[in-house]
Amino acid sequence: MELRATGITHKYDDLTALEAVDLHAREGEILALIGPSGCGKSTLLGILGGLLQPSEGRVEMQGALPEGCLNPLTYVFQDFALLPWRSVRGNVRLPLEHHQLTSDERRERVEDALARTGLTDFAGAYVRQLSGGMRQRVGIARALAVKPAVLLMDEPLSALDAQTRNLLMEDFVGLWLREKLTAVYVTHNLDEALRLAHRVVVLSRRPGRVREEIIIDVPLDERQGTAGLLELAPLRERLWALIRDEAQTAELELADV
Amino acid sequence: MSEGPLPKEGTAAPTRQAASRAVPFRGGGFAPSSHRAAAWIAFAAVIAAWQFGSSMGYIHPLTLPSPEEILTALADLARSGDLWRHLSASLGRLAMGWSLGTLAGLAVGLALGMFSIARSVGLPFVSALFPIPKIALLPLFIIWFGIGEPSKVATILFGVFFPTVINTYSGVDNVARSLIRMGQSFDMPTRDIVFKVVFPGAMPAILSGFRISASIAIVLLVAAEMIGAEWGVGALVLAAGNLMQTDYLIAGVVLLSLIGLTIGIVLSRLEALLLRWR
Repeated sequence: MELRATGITHKYDDLTALEAVDLHAREGEILALIGPSGCGKSTLLGILGGLLQPSEGRVEMQGALPEGCLNPLTYVFQDFALLPWRSVRGNVRLPLEHHQLTSDERRERVEDALARTGLTDFAGAYVRQLSGGMRQRVGIARALAVKPAVLLMDEPLSALDAQTRNLLMEDFVGLWLREKLTAVYVTHNLDEALRLAHRVVVLSRRPGRVREEIIIDVPLDERQGTAGLLELAPLRERLWALIRDEAQTAELELADV
Repeated sequence: MSEGPLPKEGTAAPTRQAASRAVPFRGGGFAPSSHRAAAWIAFAAVIAAWQFGSSMGYIHPLTLPSPEEILTALADLARSGDLWRHLSASLGRLAMGWSLGTLAGLAVGLALGMFSIARSVGLPFVSALFPIPKIALLPLFIIWFGIGEPSKVATILFGVFFPTVINTYSGVDNVARSLIRMGQSFDMPTRDIVFKVVFPGAMPAILSGFRISASIAIVLLVAAEMIGAEWGVGALVLAAGNLMQTDYLIAGVVLLSLIGLTIGIVLSRLEALLLRWR
């Protein structure tokens, strides 16, 4: 399935957060949204999944849903949004509980999602017992359990330390190589975009507009090691040049929103 | 790292000869732990000193009867069966008033926490009525409901209702918005979001509210039983006071303490069970 947003404008009172943004998430592709803080990228993701009502513009789903899909547009949150009073398994089961499924099918989906994220041995643990990286794995497992058409990932690795972030990126690459997920991946981290995305949409500072769309045609499994990094280096320069000035301006701004 | 100008010899303070010294320990403390045995020993010591003072005649038996006399009074009450009548009357009122007040408080608190209209209308009422000492309403309740059980239960109910509302409301209000958005992002029905996300999220605040409401309920129970009650620990204490039977009076107080302790233990168990995820 594809997700297409046209002419998205969003205003908070008199502050324009997004202006005339067009976006197209293609099937089996990871689309990264990057931009300096306060460029409205999380707002845009909220609009894409129907959690926020845009002031103008519309978002459309096009094409058939994958088989067994219970929640086409599924989020992975920056703060994980796990229920601390439920075990890992309970959290993964949560989005299945209000659907008409046989208990066998429900169990199968939960165990399958846990296995795909390497959580089977932690299924009975409470959230507080898990490290940050494991918590986000639970967030991803929960998303996989509903067999989403498009994953909407809101800075999923921003709350994690650098090592954990690398580990999770590797996991996610592995997941994508196996299942060719469609995802919109919001981040402010260039490295994440360069590692995971097939296309990168750079947003400008407030009001957020699409500044540029860059295609990264290096396959995901060839982006590591010296050769991969070398190949990506010019792109990295170009992306950094695009967001550098705006990031600096954003950095110096006083928060008064 | 920046390199400053090197100190000139002679002008600098007399060079401290680099004698090696151990870094003094400055942390530690501020971590009280509790010793179970110490508590029991202190408790026993106070009672022993009290018994000693009474036996030696330092404490007048009418002012403060000895622990032995209090135990005898309790035993008398138990033998005559009055103990059970007093206790069951009190516990019945407490259970009735507390659970009705709690149920109503939970429902209203949840509504205030979730719906704008309920909040706009309800919160000013709750804020205005909460500070009223509910004992002041007892005479009114007697006029409304008569001198019997309903007025007593109503007093406890009202006393329990308001703190429960406020704790539930603030508990619900403090449930992370991100969890609710998560529920919505999975198309969870509102009912599921309330019972699987909001309510458990507010549970810690609700349980700490239970402690407050339980102690208020005991205060109001005793007050209510001092007006027109034949049975009940409050009635026992009042009647004993009127007859200068300080041993029975304090036996009643001991019963109240035991009721309070028991409720406290039950609530701790409940917290350990319901909040074991913390």
